Amino acid sequence: MGAVTYLPRLLPMFLLSDRRLSPWIAQWLSFVPATVLAALLAPGLLCREGELTLEMDNLFLLSAIPTFLVAWRFKSFFGTVATGMGIVALARYFF
Amino acid sequence: MNQQKTTRQKKKSGIWYGIRQALPIVLGYIPVGFAYGVLAQKSGLGLFNTIAMSVIVFAGSAQLIGAGLFGAAASPFTLIFTTFVVNLRHLLMSAALAPKLKGWRKWQIALFGYELTDETFALHSMRMAKRRPPKIETFAVNITAQSSWVIGSMIGFLAGGQIADVRPVGLDFALPAMFIALLVPQVVKPVYLMMAVLSAGLSVALYVLGFNQSHVIIATMAASTVGVGVEQWMKNSSS
Repeated sequence: MGAVTYLPRLLPMFLLSDRRLSPWIAQWLSFVPATVLAALLAPGLLCREGELTLEMDNLFLLSAIPTFLVAWRFKSFFGTVATGMGIVALARYFF
Repeated sequence: MNQQKTTRQKKKSGIWYGIRQALPIVLGYIPVGFAYGVLAQKSGLGLFNTIAMSVIVFAGSAQLIGAGLFGAAASPFTLIFTTFVVNLRHLLMSAALAPKLKGWRKWQIALFGYELTDETFALHSMRMAKRRPPKIETFAVNITAQSSWVIGSMIGFLAGGQIADVRPVGLDFALPAMFIALLVPQVVKPVYLMMAVLSAGLSVALYVLGFNQSHVIIATMAASTVGVGVEQWMKNSSS
Protein backbone atom coordinates (compact mmCIF):
# COMPACT_ATOMS: atom_id res chain seq x y z
CA MET A 1 0.00 0.00 0.00
CA GLY A 2 2.93 2.29 0.78
CA ALA A 3 4.50 1.73 -2.62
CA VAL A 4 1.33 2.23 -4.65
CA THR A 5 0.73 5.45 -2.74
CA TYR A 6 4.26 6.81 -3.01
CA LEU A 7 4.96 6.13 -6.69
CA PRO A 8 2.12 8.22 -8.17
CA ARG A 9 3.07 11.05 -5.82
CA LEU A 10 6.74 10.95 -6.63
CA LEU A 11 7.27 9.99 -10.27
CA PRO A 12 5.76 13.00 -12.09
CA MET A 13 7.59 15.59 -10.01
CA PHE A 14 10.77 13.53 -10.05
CA LEU A 15 10.78 13.29 -13.84
CA LEU A 16 9.33 16.68 -14.75
CA SER A 17 10.83 19.10 -12.24
CA ASP A 18 13.83 20.05 -14.39
CA ARG A 19 12.09 19.98 -17.73
CA ARG A 20 10.44 22.78 -19.57
CA LEU A 21 6.81 21.79 -20.11
CA SER A 22 5.03 22.71 -23.29
CA PRO A 23 2.63 25.64 -22.79
CA TRP A 24 -0.33 23.35 -23.51
CA ILE A 25 0.56 20.97 -20.72
CA ALA A 26 1.33 23.79 -18.32
CA GLN A 27 -2.05 25.34 -19.09
CA TRP A 28 -3.78 21.98 -18.62
CA LEU A 29 -2.03 21.45 -15.29
CA SER A 30 -3.05 24.92 -14.09
CA PHE A 31 -6.65 23.65 -14.06
CA VAL A 32 -5.84 20.67 -11.84
CA PRO A 33 -6.05 22.32 -8.39
CA ALA A 34 -9.58 23.64 -8.96
CA THR A 35 -10.91 20.62 -10.86
CA VAL A 36 -9.44 17.92 -8.62
CA LEU A 37 -10.70 19.57 -5.41
CA ALA A 38 -14.17 20.04 -6.89
CA ALA A 39 -14.22 16.39 -7.97
CA LEU A 40 -13.14 15.26 -4.50
CA LEU A 41 -15.68 17.45 -2.72
CA ALA A 42 -18.88 17.03 -4.73
CA PRO A 43 -19.79 13.37 -4.07
CA GLY A 44 -19.38 13.95 -0.32
CA LEU A 45 -21.98 16.70 -0.42
CA LEU A 46 -24.43 15.35 -2.98
CA CYS A 47 -24.40 11.58 -2.48
CA ARG A 48 -25.29 9.17 0.29
CA GLU A 49 -24.50 5.48 -0.04
CA GLY A 50 -23.85 5.80 -3.75
CA GLU A 51 -27.04 7.67 -4.55
CA LEU A 52 -27.83 11.28 -5.31
CA THR A 53 -29.53 13.04 -2.37
CA LEU A 54 -30.73 16.53 -3.19
CA GLU A 55 -33.49 16.66 -0.57
CA MET A 56 -33.78 19.52 1.89
CA ASP A 57 -32.67 17.27 4.75
CA ASN A 58 -29.20 16.79 3.28
CA LEU A 59 -27.29 18.29 6.18
CA PHE A 60 -23.90 18.31 4.45
CA LEU A 61 -25.22 20.14 1.42
CA LEU A 62 -26.97 22.77 3.57
CA SER A 63 -23.93 23.21 5.82
CA ALA A 64 -21.73 23.63 2.77
CA ILE A 65 -23.52 26.89 1.88
CA PRO A 66 -22.38 28.92 4.93
CA THR A 67 -19.00 27.15 4.76
CA PHE A 68 -18.53 28.36 1.17
CA LEU A 69 -19.59 31.87 2.19
CA VAL A 70 -17.03 32.00 4.99
CA ALA A 71 -14.29 30.69 2.69
CA TRP A 72 -15.13 33.23 0.01
CA ARG A 73 -15.79 36.26 2.20
CA PHE A 74 -13.13 35.91 4.90
CA LYS A 75 -10.48 33.91 3.04
CA SER A 76 -9.68 32.26 6.33
CA PHE A 77 -8.73 28.64 5.89
CA PHE A 78 -8.88 27.85 9.60
CA GLY A 79 -12.17 29.72 10.08
CA THR A 80 -13.75 27.82 7.19
CA VAL A 81 -12.96 24.37 8.57
CA ALA A 82 -14.05 25.39 12.08
CA THR A 83 -17.31 26.96 10.82
CA GLY A 84 -18.21 23.90 8.76
CA MET A 85 -17.68 21.42 11.57
CA GLY A 86 -19.34 23.73 14.11
CA ILE A 87 -22.49 24.13 11.99
CA VAL A 88 -22.85 20.39 11.46
CA ALA A 89 -22.39 19.73 15.19
CA LEU A 90 -24.92 22.43 16.18
CA ALA A 91 -27.47 21.30 13.61
CA ARG A 92 -27.28 17.72 14.90
CA TYR A 93 -27.61 18.96 18.45
CA PHE A 94 -30.71 21.08 17.86
CA PHE A 95 -32.61 19.10 15.21
CA MET B 1 29.40 35.03 13.79
CA ASN B 2 26.69 37.61 13.40
CA GLN B 3 25.77 36.33 10.00
CA GLN B 4 25.53 32.78 11.30
CA LYS B 5 23.05 33.91 13.86
CA THR B 6 20.80 35.60 11.32
CA THR B 7 20.78 32.48 9.12
CA ARG B 8 19.74 30.44 12.09
CA GLN B 9 17.04 32.95 13.00
CA LYS B 10 15.78 32.92 9.43
CA LYS B 11 15.56 29.14 9.51
CA LYS B 12 13.71 29.22 12.79
CA SER B 13 11.17 31.76 11.60
CA GLY B 14 10.74 29.76 8.37
CA ILE B 15 9.89 26.67 10.39
CA TRP B 16 7.42 28.60 12.52
CA TYR B 17 5.77 30.15 9.50
CA GLY B 18 5.45 26.70 7.92
CA ILE B 19 3.83 25.30 11.04
CA ARG B 20 1.39 28.20 11.17
CA GLN B 21 0.38 27.69 7.55
CA ALA B 22 -0.30 24.01 8.23
CA LEU B 23 -2.62 24.68 11.19
CA PRO B 24 -5.86 24.61 9.18
CA ILE B 25 -4.83 21.20 7.83
CA VAL B 26 -4.12 20.09 11.41
CA LEU B 27 -7.65 21.13 12.36
CA GLY B 28 -8.98 18.85 9.63
CA TYR B 29 -6.47 16.00 9.96
CA ILE B 30 -6.93 15.37 13.68
CA PRO B 31 -10.65 14.55 13.28
CA VAL B 32 -10.22 12.65 10.00
CA GLY B 33 -7.22 10.76 11.41
CA PHE B 34 -9.32 10.09 14.49
CA ALA B 35 -12.12 8.67 12.35
CA TYR B 36 -9.59 6.42 10.60
CA GLY B 37 -8.18 5.28 13.96
CA VAL B 38 -11.65 4.37 15.23
CA LEU B 39 -12.44 2.44 12.04
CA ALA B 40 -9.05 0.69 12.09
CA GLN B 41 -9.60 -0.41 15.69
CA LYS B 42 -13.06 -1.71 14.85
CA SER B 43 -11.74 -3.58 11.76
CA GLY B 44 -9.28 -5.47 13.93
CA LEU B 45 -6.09 -3.75 12.79
CA GLY B 46 -3.64 -3.62 15.71
CA LEU B 47 -2.30 -0.41 17.23
CA PHE B 48 1.10 -0.86 15.60
CA ASN B 49 -0.33 -1.47 12.11
CA THR B 50 -2.79 1.40 12.48
CA ILE B 51 -0.01 3.87 13.23
CA ALA B 52 2.41 2.30 10.74
CA MET B 53 -0.19 2.89 8.00
CA SER B 54 -0.37 6.58 8.91
CA VAL B 55 3.43 6.84 8.85
CA ILE B 56 4.06 4.77 5.71
CA VAL B 57 0.98 5.36 3.59
CA PHE B 58 -0.25 8.79 4.81
CA ALA B 59 -3.32 8.92 2.56
CA GLY B 60 -6.70 9.56 4.15
CA SER B 61 -9.05 8.03 1.61
CA ALA B 62 -6.75 5.08 0.88
CA GLN B 63 -6.35 4.30 4.59
CA LEU B 64 -10.07 4.55 5.32
CA ILE B 65 -10.85 2.29 2.37
CA GLY B 66 -7.96 0.01 3.38
CA ALA B 67 -9.20 -0.38 6.95
CA GLY B 68 -12.72 -1.02 5.64
CA LEU B 69 -11.50 -3.70 3.22
CA PHE B 70 -9.32 -5.25 5.90
CA GLY B 71 -12.38 -5.46 8.15
CA ALA B 72 -14.29 -7.11 5.29
CA ALA B 73 -11.42 -9.61 4.90
CA ALA B 74 -10.63 -8.61 1.31
CA SER B 75 -7.65 -10.21 -0.43
CA PRO B 76 -4.30 -8.36 -0.31
CA PHE B 77 -4.47 -7.94 -4.08
CA THR B 78 -7.84 -6.15 -3.85
CA LEU B 79 -6.46 -3.96 -1.08
CA ILE B 80 -3.38 -2.92 -3.05
CA PHE B 81 -5.18 -2.50 -6.36
CA THR B 82 -7.92 -0.35 -4.81
CA THR B 83 -5.33 1.81 -3.08
CA PHE B 84 -3.52 2.26 -6.37
CA VAL B 85 -6.62 3.34 -8.28
CA VAL B 86 -7.70 5.71 -5.50
CA ASN B 87 -4.23 7.27 -5.46
CA LEU B 88 -3.88 7.80 -9.20
CA ARG B 89 -5.17 11.37 -8.84
CA HIS B 90 -1.88 12.21 -7.14
CA LEU B 91 -0.14 11.75 -10.50
CA LEU B 92 -1.88 14.91 -11.65
CA MET B 93 -1.10 16.84 -8.47
CA SER B 94 2.53 15.79 -8.56
CA ALA B 95 2.83 16.88 -12.20
CA ALA B 96 1.13 20.19 -11.43
CA LEU B 97 3.66 20.98 -8.70
CA ALA B 98 6.68 19.78 -10.71
CA PRO B 99 7.46 23.14 -12.39
CA LYS B 100 7.61 24.77 -8.95
CA LEU B 101 10.38 22.41 -7.84
CA LYS B 102 12.90 23.46 -10.44
CA GLY B 103 16.42 23.28 -9.06
CA TRP B 104 15.51 21.06 -6.10
CA ARG B 105 17.82 18.14 -5.38
CA LYS B 106 16.41 14.71 -6.17
CA TRP B 107 16.46 13.59 -2.55
CA GLN B 108 14.58 16.70 -1.53
CA ILE B 109 11.92 15.96 -4.15
CA ALA B 110 11.78 12.35 -2.93
CA LEU B 111 11.12 13.59 0.60
CA PHE B 112 8.63 16.22 -0.51
CA GLY B 113 6.64 13.76 -2.66
CA TYR B 114 6.32 11.36 0.24
CA GLU B 115 4.06 13.80 2.05
CA LEU B 116 2.00 14.96 -0.92
CA THR B 117 -1.69 14.64 -0.09
CA ASP B 118 -4.82 16.33 -1.44
CA GLU B 119 -4.54 18.93 1.29
CA THR B 120 -0.80 19.60 1.25
CA PHE B 121 -1.00 19.77 -2.55
CA ALA B 122 -3.69 22.43 -2.44
CA LEU B 123 -1.81 24.45 0.17
CA HIS B 124 1.52 24.23 -1.67
CA SER B 125 0.03 25.14 -5.03
CA MET B 126 -1.34 28.28 -3.37
CA ARG B 127 1.92 29.07 -1.55
CA MET B 128 4.04 28.49 -4.63
CA ALA B 129 1.77 30.27 -7.12
CA LYS B 130 3.43 33.66 -6.77
CA ARG B 131 6.65 33.12 -4.85
CA ARG B 132 9.29 30.51 -4.12
CA PRO B 133 8.99 29.87 -0.40
CA PRO B 134 12.07 28.57 1.45
CA LYS B 135 12.31 24.77 1.39
CA ILE B 136 12.57 24.57 5.14
CA GLU B 137 9.18 26.28 5.43
CA THR B 138 7.71 23.85 2.88
CA PHE B 139 9.00 20.84 4.80
CA ALA B 140 7.71 22.32 8.07
CA VAL B 141 4.23 22.41 6.52
CA ASN B 142 4.45 18.76 5.49
CA ILE B 143 5.89 17.45 8.73
CA THR B 144 3.30 19.34 10.80
CA ALA B 145 0.50 17.96 8.64
CA GLN B 146 1.69 14.36 8.83
CA SER B 147 2.37 14.55 12.58
CA SER B 148 -1.19 15.67 13.21
CA TRP B 149 -2.42 12.81 11.02
CA VAL B 150 -0.41 10.25 12.98
CA ILE B 151 -1.52 11.73 16.33
CA GLY B 152 -5.16 11.82 15.20
CA SER B 153 -5.08 8.16 14.16
CA MET B 154 -3.42 7.14 17.42
CA ILE B 155 -6.03 8.93 19.55
CA GLY B 156 -8.78 7.46 17.37
CA PHE B 157 -7.47 3.94 17.83
CA LEU B 158 -7.15 4.34 21.60
CA ALA B 159 -10.63 5.88 21.88
CA GLY B 160 -12.09 3.39 19.40
CA GLY B 161 -13.30 0.98 22.05
CA GLN B 162 -15.38 3.65 23.78
CA ILE B 163 -16.81 5.36 20.73
CA ALA B 164 -19.67 4.02 18.69
CA ASP B 165 -20.29 6.99 16.42
CA VAL B 166 -18.21 10.05 15.49
CA ARG B 167 -21.11 11.99 14.03
CA PRO B 168 -22.48 13.97 17.01
CA VAL B 169 -19.48 16.31 17.06
CA GLY B 170 -19.44 17.04 13.33
CA LEU B 171 -16.12 15.25 12.81
CA ASP B 172 -17.36 13.63 9.63
CA PHE B 173 -17.71 17.07 8.03
CA ALA B 174 -13.99 17.82 8.54
CA LEU B 175 -13.03 16.49 5.12
CA PRO B 176 -15.69 18.30 3.05
CA ALA B 177 -15.01 21.51 5.02
CA MET B 178 -11.31 21.18 4.32
CA PHE B 179 -11.94 20.67 0.58
CA ILE B 180 -14.17 23.79 0.51
CA ALA B 181 -11.51 25.84 2.30
CA LEU B 182 -8.88 24.67 -0.18
CA LEU B 183 -11.02 24.95 -3.31
CA VAL B 184 -12.31 28.51 -2.93
CA PRO B 185 -8.90 30.27 -3.04
CA GLN B 186 -7.96 28.29 -6.19
CA VAL B 187 -10.81 29.82 -8.17
CA VAL B 188 -9.04 32.97 -9.33
CA LYS B 189 -10.48 33.10 -12.85
CA PRO B 190 -14.09 32.67 -14.06
CA VAL B 191 -13.00 29.79 -16.29
CA TYR B 192 -11.66 27.94 -13.23
CA LEU B 193 -15.06 28.31 -11.57
CA MET B 194 -16.80 26.94 -14.66
CA MET B 195 -14.47 23.96 -14.83
CA ALA B 196 -14.72 23.29 -11.09
CA VAL B 197 -18.51 23.10 -11.47
CA LEU B 198 -18.14 20.84 -14.51
CA SER B 199 -15.67 18.60 -12.68
CA ALA B 200 -17.99 18.40 -9.65
CA GLY B 201 -20.91 17.40 -11.88
CA LEU B 202 -18.90 14.77 -13.75
CA SER B 203 -17.50 13.38 -10.53
CA VAL B 204 -20.97 12.97 -9.02
CA ALA B 205 -22.34 11.43 -12.22
CA LEU B 206 -19.51 8.89 -12.41
CA TYR B 207 -19.79 8.13 -8.72
CA VAL B 208 -23.52 7.46 -8.96
CA LEU B 209 -22.94 5.30 -12.04
CA GLY B 210 -20.67 3.08 -9.97
CA PHE B 211 -17.19 4.39 -10.88
CA ASN B 212 -16.63 5.12 -7.21
CA GLN B 213 -12.86 4.77 -7.28
CA SER B 214 -11.87 6.36 -10.56
CA HIS B 215 -14.46 9.18 -10.60
CA VAL B 216 -12.04 11.83 -9.29
CA ILE B 217 -9.25 11.31 -11.78
CA ILE B 218 -11.59 10.95 -14.78
CA ALA B 219 -13.59 14.08 -13.86
CA THR B 220 -10.39 16.07 -13.24
CA MET B 221 -8.83 15.10 -16.57
CA ALA B 222 -12.00 15.73 -18.54
CA ALA B 223 -12.74 19.12 -16.97
CA SER B 224 -9.13 20.30 -17.31
CA THR B 225 -9.15 19.34 -20.99
CA VAL B 226 -12.41 21.21 -21.59
CA GLY B 227 -10.89 24.14 -19.67
CA VAL B 228 -7.93 24.38 -22.03
CA GLY B 229 -10.34 24.25 -24.96
CA VAL B 230 -12.52 27.03 -23.52
CA GLU B 231 -9.51 29.24 -22.80
CA GLN B 232 -8.16 28.80 -26.33
CA TRP B 233 -11.57 29.53 -27.78
CA MET B 234 -11.91 32.70 -25.68
CA LYS B 235 -8.43 33.81 -26.76
CA ASN B 236 -9.21 33.22 -30.44
CA SER B 237 -12.58 34.92 -30.40
CA SER B 238 -11.26 38.00 -28.59
CA SER B 239 -8.36 38.57 -30.99
